Amino acid sequence: MTGIEPYLPLIWAGLLATAVALYVILDGFDLGLGILFWTTRDETSRDDMMSSVAPFWDGNETWLILGGGGLFAAFPIAYAIVMSALYVPIILMLLALILRGVAFEFRWAAKPTHKLWDFAFAAGSTLAALAQGFVLGGLIQGIEVKDGAFAGGPFDWLSPFSVACGLGLVTGYALLASCWLLMKTSGAIHLHAQRLAPMLLLGVAGFAALVSLWTPLRYPFIAERWFSMPNIFFLWPLPLATAWLAYQVYRALQRGEAVKPFFGVVGIFLCCFVGLAISAYPYLVPRSIDLWQAAGAPGSLIFMLFGVLFLLPIVLGYTAFVYWTFRGRLRPGEGYH
Amino acid sequence: MVLDPVLLSRLQFAFTITFHIIFPSFTIGLSAFIAVLMVRYTRSGRQHDLELARFWTKIFAISFAMGVVSGLVLSYQFGTNWSRFSVVVGNIVGPLLAYEVLTAFFLEATFLGIMLFGAGRVPPWLHLTAAIMVAIGTAVSAFWILSANSWMQFPTGHEMRDGVAFPLDWVHIIFSPTFPLRFAHMVTAAYITTSLVVVAVGARFALKGQFPDHARTMLHMGLGLALILVPAQIAIGDFHGLATAHHQPAKLAAIEGHWENEKEEGAGVPLILFGWPNQKTESNDFALSLPHIGSLIITHSWDGRFPALKDFAPQDRPPVPPIFFAFRFMVGIGFALLGFVAWGLYHWWRGDLMENRLFLRVAANVWPIGFLATIAGWMVTEIGRQPWIVTGLLRTADASSPLVPQSVMVSLALFIFVYGIVFSAGIYFINRLINKGPVPHVVGAEEGVPSRPLSAATRSIGD
Repeated sequence: MTGIEPYLPLIWAGLLATAVALYVILDGFDLGLGILFWTTRDETSRDDMMSSVAPFWDGNETWLILGGGGLFAAFPIAYAIVMSALYVPIILMLLALILRGVAFEFRWAAKPTHKLWDFAFAAGSTLAALAQGFVLGGLIQGIEVKDGAFAGGPFDWLSPFSVACGLGLVTGYALLASCWLLMKTSGAIHLHAQRLAPMLLLGVAGFAALVSLWTPLRYPFIAERWFSMPNIFFLWPLPLATAWLAYQVYRALQRGEAVKPFFGVVGIFLCCFVGLAISAYPYLVPRSIDLWQAAGAPGSLIFMLFGVLFLLPIVLGYTAFVYWTFRGRLRPGEGYH
Repeated sequence: MVLDPVLLSRLQFAFTITFHIIFPSFTIGLSAFIAVLMVRYTRSGRQHDLELARFWTKIFAISFAMGVVSGLVLSYQFGTNWSRFSVVVGNIVGPLLAYEVLTAFFLEATFLGIMLFGAGRVPPWLHLTAAIMVAIGTAVSAFWILSANSWMQFPTGHEMRDGVAFPLDWVHIIFSPTFPLRFAHMVTAAYITTSLVVVAVGARFALKGQFPDHARTMLHMGLGLALILVPAQIAIGDFHGLATAHHQPAKLAAIEGHWENEKEEGAGVPLILFGWPNQKTESNDFALSLPHIGSLIITHSWDGRFPALKDFAPQDRPPVPPIFFAFRFMVGIGFALLGFVAWGLYHWWRGDLMENRLFLRVAANVWPIGFLATIAGWMVTEIGRQPWIVTGLLRTADASSPLVPQSVMVSLALFIFVYGIVFSAGIYFINRLINKGPVPHVVGAEEGVPSRPLSAATRSIGD
């Protein structure tokens, strides 16, 4: 092992974490819009919600493919174990994503008889978020591994904790979506989002606090990670920053600001994400397989690193360009069918 | 009944990938067709080119959405159902898929947003560029996925250490020997498939006497492309078959239904036109064959020999009947299409392409043919690789995840249920869009433009 090789797993863990974080934020508000579908029956509001994300949803979902594909490519062993252990929630997520994904097109094509696709969009988005929470919870709980392969049962992931994670993520995505609507829409749906956002913020704060207390109480290694010396000195600003952000978002909502709440909530998500990463490090499959055990061949990691260093900035560039193209509030009548 | 999780996972993968391939087969060609229509409009300014581009863009959007969501399933199934495969060849196949995501998926998915919704927000040249980017993205995606598949068919450029494949030479991995022809064969198939759908829609309008300009453009463009590509595809297929003879002799023997070589020298190998491969007796029942023609096609000599099925141990042979029949089905369609395009050329030359009702009636029904041939071709190549998931490295039976069969049974049932709904709805909506036809383009009513003053007026709320 010379030069860069020992650091490759770390670099790749960082890249994957970036991809997953981008996915959670981008598809988070996207799925959240589907979750918010339950809260209104108003036709124009629903049209606006969908139109506000229609140019982006496909790109947003691609980060999930990069997350899955990247895990496969960089950490094949972890990918193999995690995907077979979490078979049930992963398949549920995929099926749900199919239903809500096609709803983007089918809903417009079916008008005026599109009730079914409204339901598919709402139910699919909610189920996908819930399943992603199950995956998260199942991962934090740990996975039973024997001889480098999954050795548990199909419902090992199901527990009060993973259900709490699922509900927490549903609430979080709904919050992101309501802040997205504040920024991107006007009219009835804007007012609706203004009413929802503070309640959802409260819910997210509750779930964040619950998970932050539950994990160290239940899992001694997480307690040790956070509360032992000298870690506690370095780590205490993180929960504090989260709480501060939540307060800032609350203030911004009170003042009726349009843009700040969304980026504040993105900040909250990133803090929670970093917190979870701190709890899990250096494990990729918590408590069984660490980054170095799971890493693929150095030759593969280097080959992909060249591609990523060159291509990821381009991808980020044109992604930003598309968001910039469709910047500002939704124009009435925009949409294409 | 004992349920075999490997068999269930195979069924699930076969089902989900067969469903998926329908959409790329169509969208690879359709995105290019739309881009060409937009270029034509830019150069000629003819309204019906623009109307056609918009008409097909709507159909493209529906097909592409179904392709994306069904493709997502595949990228996760390698882990959920084939975790041993992921561990053994993840170092090789993983990076190829990662490159597909980075070079193709993001490109097509992101520029699709501009292509579908951006007409009123970006200048025309950028809108056209977005359409071209989407077309490039779909083709690049095919490049990587066929590279990965070809490596699985005939792996090169790697070494095995402790039962895991490690990369040695990425150029050899990406451009493995069976890759160039397989890629050419698939992309050509995709363009032919699309051109047949375009021809069919054009013929449908021509029969009803609707949209005559649009119908003529579609018939000319679709038929024109097919006229070049169908003969080319037959030639590519022939070369691809020769490469298969060289790299995957067991697959070729199954394709040919070639059980054994005659003892005596100079007997040659017959071409089995039709028959029923019988795996028990290791021979073909009811065979109708042409002596020596098999040798002629495969070895390009009158009495050349090539390995027969019996030269391989029974556990190393692929299942013969599905390969044998799927191949004949595909080749049959290939030659039928050759006849069809020749027929079309005749009427084009006579100048009654838009009037000959018999031809139009047939043409209006050719739309599924390309899909069927593509699926049959994939069956030949994938079943032909059996019993291996990666030829020589890993058997399919050893590649699956430690799952309980009930999990896979339920997920398979759910996939069939959900895909059934999605597919029926998709076909229904596409058919409805086709029946509606292209929407006349009113000069001066550029999309997005009339909404601008309105949007400024309604902006006050919430600002």
